[in-house]
Amino acid sequence: MSIWRYANPAEFMRITDPLVAPLWGAAAVLLAVGLWWSVALTPDDYQQGSTVKILFIHVPAAMLAINTYAVMAVASGVGLIRRHHVSFLVAKAAAPVGAAFTAIALITGAVWGQPMWGTWWVWDARLTAVLIMFFFYLGYMALWAAVEEPEKAADLSAVLCLVGVVFAFLSRYAVNFWATLHQGASLSVAEGQRVDDAFRTPLYLMIVAFYLFFVAILLVRARTEIRARRARSLRLQEARA
Amino acid sequence: MIEYLTTDRHALYVVAAYGATAAILGWLVWTTLAANARARREMQDAEQRRKR
Repeated sequence: MSIWRYANPAEFMRITDPLVAPLWGAAAVLLAVGLWWSVALTPDDYQQGSTVKILFIHVPAAMLAINTYAVMAVASGVGLIRRHHVSFLVAKAAAPVGAAFTAIALITGAVWGQPMWGTWWVWDARLTAVLIMFFFYLGYMALWAAVEEPEKAADLSAVLCLVGVVFAFLSRYAVNFWATLHQGASLSVAEGQRVDDAFRTPLYLMIVAFYLFFVAILLVRARTEIRARRARSLRLQEARA
Repeated sequence: MIEYLTTDRHALYVVAAYGATAAILGWLVWTTLAANARARREMQDAEQRRKR
């Protein structure tokens, strides 16, 4: 059986319908537990003091900012090659979510940076790449909104998304290519354990909670796009009749 | 909590970070659910008109 049958809007709606509520529920429970653990149960760091608590939202948000762009890029690529409308709509649905996570990563990073680095912002390779990626998110959404014909909007915005992949890649790997003020990866399989258990467990919990939240909200937004497209198509049929 | 807010020198930064995150995620959820409800209503209306 081909996986492409899931690109059929009716099939997509049927399969995702029972998933939405459990995903919202699991995300809400894990977020509540993760927040309580992060804020109330973790000790202050010996160097960072209580600002270490900011990292429990900054790290998952930054991971999702980059990975949401990867989801958009894959969906856009599949849409352009296979001409599946659902792929374009998933990319469109993911954009505001990715932009929101990128904004959270930039804001919480700045708020952490002021007391720790002594500045809100530096034109460091990673920070700059993330800022440019944020502009690509905004440009992608603006392009979808600006072009009236949905087919044309899907194609143009997919191309723009693929151009921006370089900044998503740099957002992830800039710390490996250049000496940056931003530190390298804290969670790394290759480098072994670099975060104390007291911080690692709630951090993993928050990462899983953010990912569940992402999948839940992405499904709802993709289903919204499919419904809106169906309503538009019915209105056009009605107007022609 | 009140003691933390009044005694910790970084409390304002932590509260600002969590507050901004709550505001952005709250806005995202609100707009998502509102758009979903609107799209569902519009599709049902269009389907009912077609049946008539």
